[in-house]
Amino acid sequence: MNRNRKDIIIESLTGISVLLIIFIIISILAITIKGGWPNLSWKFLVEFPKDGMTKGGIFPAIVGTALMTLIMAVAAVPFGVITAIYLAEYARENSVFAKTIRFAVKTLAVVPSIIFGLFGLGFFIGFIGQNMDKIFNGGVMKWGQPSILWASLTMALLTLPVVIVSVEEAIRTIPVEMREASLALGATKWQTIRRVVLPGSVTGILTGTILAISRGAGEVAPILFTGAAYYLADLPHSLSDQFMSLGYHIYIMSTQSANVDATLPIQFATTLVLLLLTFSLNAVAVVLRYRIRKKAK
Amino acid sequence: MFKAPVMVKYMKKNKTQEIISFAIKKFRFSDWFAERFIKVVAFMSITFVALIFIFVFREAFPVFRMDVKQKIGSVDLVQEKYGEEEATPATANPVSGSAIKVSKPSSTLLSNVWMPVSDNPRYGLIPLFFGTLKVTLIALLFAAPIAILAAIYTSMFAKPWIREIIKPAIELLAGFPSVVVGFFALMVLATVFQDIFGYASRLNSFVGGFAMSLAAIPVIYTITEDALTAVPKTYIEASLGLGASRRQTAFHVVLPAAVPGIFAAVILGLGRIFGETMIALMATGNAALTSINPFESVRTLSATIGAEMAEVVFGDTHYSVLFLIGSLLFIFTFALNAISEFYFKNLVIRKYQSKK
Repeated sequence: MNRNRKDIIIESLTGISVLLIIFIIISILAITIKGGWPNLSWKFLVEFPKDGMTKGGIFPAIVGTALMTLIMAVAAVPFGVITAIYLAEYARENSVFAKTIRFAVKTLAVVPSIIFGLFGLGFFIGFIGQNMDKIFNGGVMKWGQPSILWASLTMALLTLPVVIVSVEEAIRTIPVEMREASLALGATKWQTIRRVVLPGSVTGILTGTILAISRGAGEVAPILFTGAAYYLADLPHSLSDQFMSLGYHIYIMSTQSANVDATLPIQFATTLVLLLLTFSLNAVAVVLRYRIRKKAK
Repeated sequence: MFKAPVMVKYMKKNKTQEIISFAIKKFRFSDWFAERFIKVVAFMSITFVALIFIFVFREAFPVFRMDVKQKIGSVDLVQEKYGEEEATPATANPVSGSAIKVSKPSSTLLSNVWMPVSDNPRYGLIPLFFGTLKVTLIALLFAAPIAILAAIYTSMFAKPWIREIIKPAIELLAGFPSVVVGFFALMVLATVFQDIFGYASRLNSFVGGFAMSLAAIPVIYTITEDALTAVPKTYIEASLGLGASRRQTAFHVVLPAAVPGIFAAVILGLGRIFGETMIALMATGNAALTSINPFESVRTLSATIGAEMAEVVFGDTHYSVLFLIGSLLFIFTFALNAISEFYFKNLVIRKYQSKK
């Protein structure tokens, strides 16, 4: 075979792989929009499910997802930011301690999400929750069962690496000169971190939070048995209530419901809502991250 | 307590600097406290991993303990042969029926049948392992070549402005929730593939494997692309300068140099597929069969946990067996991560340091 022709064939093969991936992305988007858009209305977003979930909206699922990711962010972001400060400011690159922390964070990032669900069930519900019931409630079951609090904390563990990575990246873009200037003016290390490093990495903290929320809103496996409910007639009122979530709603409606075909429009519309939510969050995060990287250059 | 390290630290500098540093470095409680506090919080990540280890294993442990207790406790079970396939049905001894039920787990773990909810529950993990391996293999056969070729295109052949579009576009795929990919596979891919291949069961390992490859492609793509970009520019320039074409440079110079990185990418992709739950639940059919035919249903380890955990009784044998499956999944992904982190990263570093 002619060398030139071989070059062209193989080069186009690599190009075709890229096109294939992009084709799949576009078809997922197109099919979800085509199936979901006609059913998407204001009413769909603010109504409760009706008639055994065959009609009505997804209001409780939206609220449930929002509340869960909010509690998750409250738990995960401070932890993530402090760990990132340690890794970027205090840790010496070659110390065993810092290396172990990095490895632990990496492990948290690659452990399958279902394992977090098991952990939430075994640790939060089975250990902490049941012991809390024994001590504070005299054995009455309140915390020792699936609830929005345990689901959120489980999800917080899962999204911790996302926060840490984003914040650390942002902290590292702050010029060393700014730290040196602060130290030279007589500020201590902690003062420098609080007054110079943290304000400079607000965008990074925001990016991490948004990415974590987007990830948490989309994950279903960790909340399968730590708090998500099939159907609730009411919104969650306290931390010990169960909640409905968008992702779980899609899973349940498409696999477990008695009449899958009848609820197909609802399923597509719910998928579209979830996809739009994670998409817009990711888009914001991408723009923020782009700004951080531009500033660094 | 505080001054000693400062002394050591500044010993090698000259006198003036030493004096200045002593003047500046006063003990401040807020500083001391902040450092300790931050260190303790950072340490928590290690604690979390340890806690996951401990608590997933703790709940799995009774699988083995129940068996031991049983062997010591009851005499009338001596004649039962644990290693053999068809154990006596649980209904054979009505008096200690429940005792027999909880005594069985670890003896049936290696059997060929996964039937956790029945009069005679059997927890054979073989079909689940088989199913997981089959789906993983199918998914990897799709994901690895496509992702690696796409990464080669992006880093070697694409014009800069095209690269700026492709990279975020493919990373977009990583942002798709797996339940959405699972839904897409369930509603669309299953029908399309059935029309093309004309097989009987609509949901099977082929559909599941293909859908899972969509979850693994962004992982493999991103890391491979990084590995290819990390190959020193001098290699490429030398090759092109000798008259090699861009294709020859890409496949004979850059690709071999990036092999450890690509291996690490594939291994992480493997871990992603192996633990994927929602896609497996929604698209593989969830029947614990052991057939080599890719168009038959399978039941994966993670999908089994996801499907059955919500229905089991807290502390039951079935519950413990599901935790045992979780422990196995955890050990496996932990090992994969450790391999890619320590072995391949060292390979990459050594390679470039020795040749630069």
